[in-house]
Amino acid sequence: METERKPAIVVGAGPAGLCAAIELKKAGAPVILMDENSKPGGQLFKQIHKFFGSREHKAGTRGFEIGKELLTESLNLGIDVRLKTEVVGIESGLKVWAVENRNRSYTIEASKLILATGATENALSFPGWTLPGVMTAGCAQTLINVHRVLPGKRVLMIGSGNVGVIVAYQLMQAGAEVVAVVEALPKLGGYGVHTAKVARAGVPFRCATTILRAEGKESVERAIIAKIDSRFQPIPGTEETLEVDTICLAVGLTPSIELACIAGCKEIYIPELGGNMPGHDRYMRSSDESIYVVGDIAGVEEASTAMEEGRLAGIHAAYAMGYLDEATMKARTEETVQRLSSLRQGVFGQKRFAAKQRILEKGAAQ
Amino acid sequence: MSDNQSLKTTGAPSLEELRAASMLTTLADLEEKACLCIECVEEIPCNPCETSCPQNALTVGSPITNLPVIDREKCILCGLCIPACPGLAITIKSVDGDMARIRFPWEYLPLPVKGQKVEMVDRQGQVVCPGVVIAAINPARNNRTAVVTAEFSKEFVENVISIRRNHEIL
Amino acid sequence: MKDGSIQESSRIGHHAILGDLETTEEVTIFFEGKALKARVGEPIMSALIAAGVTVFRYTKKGSPRRMFCGIGRCTDCVMMVDGVPGVRTCVTDVRDGMTVERQKGVGSWKIEAEAGDGN
Repeated sequence: METERKPAIVVGAGPAGLCAAIELKKAGAPVILMDENSKPGGQLFKQIHKFFGSREHKAGTRGFEIGKELLTESLNLGIDVRLKTEVVGIESGLKVWAVENRNRSYTIEASKLILATGATENALSFPGWTLPGVMTAGCAQTLINVHRVLPGKRVLMIGSGNVGVIVAYQLMQAGAEVVAVVEALPKLGGYGVHTAKVARAGVPFRCATTILRAEGKESVERAIIAKIDSRFQPIPGTEETLEVDTICLAVGLTPSIELACIAGCKEIYIPELGGNMPGHDRYMRSSDESIYVVGDIAGVEEASTAMEEGRLAGIHAAYAMGYLDEATMKARTEETVQRLSSLRQGVFGQKRFAAKQRILEKGAAQ
Repeated sequence: MSDNQSLKTTGAPSLEELRAASMLTTLADLEEKACLCIECVEEIPCNPCETSCPQNALTVGSPITNLPVIDREKCILCGLCIPACPGLAITIKSVDGDMARIRFPWEYLPLPVKGQKVEMVDRQGQVVCPGVVIAAINPARNNRTAVVTAEFSKEFVENVISIRRNHEIL
Repeated sequence: MKDGSIQESSRIGHHAILGDLETTEEVTIFFEGKALKARVGEPIMSALIAAGVTVFRYTKKGSPRRMFCGIGRCTDCVMMVDGVPGVRTCVTDVRDGMTVERQKGVGSWKIEAEAGDGN
């Protein structure tokens, strides 16, 4: 096969994008990695807890350490990393529009496109939700772990999925007090080991509970919570006032699919993985063979699955561009798929596995 | 196997749920010998405890979602698994005379110091009894998970899991 | 302070996992005319939070706002920076001498248009 001269462009330098770019560069393929932020790493650098999985998944290593390893590898490989570069458009023929530093735009033709744009946190609206002091859990995490500032001292966490309980723990490590973790469903969502760490710090978990409103003059001064019934309606008489200055919302993530839509990738609706997302095949190709989707944009899971999906796409794109022979591509794809599958096991993982199976069965090109 | 009702509503497992997962260590067990206690009751893909053990006393095997099984003949209570567990679910408990000791992971500041008076807490963070810090180590190989040893009255040993966290941090 | 003015610093100087906060070069930014120290490489948002600022702007109807997503996707944190309104302070790094002001509603441009700059 003729080797492609036009570069593969990877959009998003989080764990998925970094791994994709590394595979491409290792195979000798021309690749450009773009990210709108001034620092790469996506959400990985905010993860200060030790990861699960096995040794090959870097279990026991803290998220930000994995991020540093990936960055070092990409620097050592000499990958063309363009930060402060926003991709704002994609035309057919894979012409990518980029805006650099918010003041210079250019187009560049790509042979392959790998979209690794991640996901956006959901909002939950209630009276008072716009007050200073109400923010997403990820916002609080960014402030405490990246910028090293505390947004407040007394926090109410809404949502008990892994993001909520991990950030609750990290807020305590940063010196804040978490007054309660509130969960709308009758059972907690996060891993038991994560909730146990928070519980033993004396933080109460309140299931079947919601926030009614936030109150305060110029910023949050208190939150009113209440129990809810099986139809999520507040039960009169169960209102409780919590004195807090910060309310964090950890109510789910939705894939950031704008670029995939612009590029015409066909979508599939998978509620367990965040809603609408571009479908993909086992090589992470979308309905457009030249466009791959990896990481949270292809379904919200974890950093470890994002890295493996990035590798899958990088390996296949390198092959499709003529830089990797078929036998090597197949062997490396197989071992990566094995590692991915082992991450999608167990009481939490199997739901994600089933959801991903639905994507693969439906096929990308519907 | 329990449905982990306490774990999934209060955040922490009850003694019953631990017993159902073969992970409950009783005072009677500890009067016989010191024990490694792993409170890992949910199947998630995770096995650093197994790889951290120099005596091969911990088995997760395949698939890596298996809950760890402790070979108490092989376990020498070295405690290397305590900081290795990403879920901070491992402690070592022992009983000597009227007193009990717990070695547990700790990732907050301030790091407790030897001789410090502390409050022992249960899995819901409720204070159960006073305690004294015997040791607190944080070697580089722990990757920032300190291991603290605290001593307290033995009748509370089944309920104690950690010490109370001090909210007033630097 | 509840009126959005300056209170004591909320920098996390010591952390069990992240270690001690490294000293970096500092710059001076001006928030509503008041000089504030900021760390090189940090976004305006965190410099303001470190200084205890609770209100970043007011909507047209007078609702106070600060930040929401923290990563440049929601525009809750916009302020007037060097005379330009609508600047996302969570993804805009500080610069020595920068002026940062609260805007009301969409704010207004303070930059004088250059002659012949009509486009």
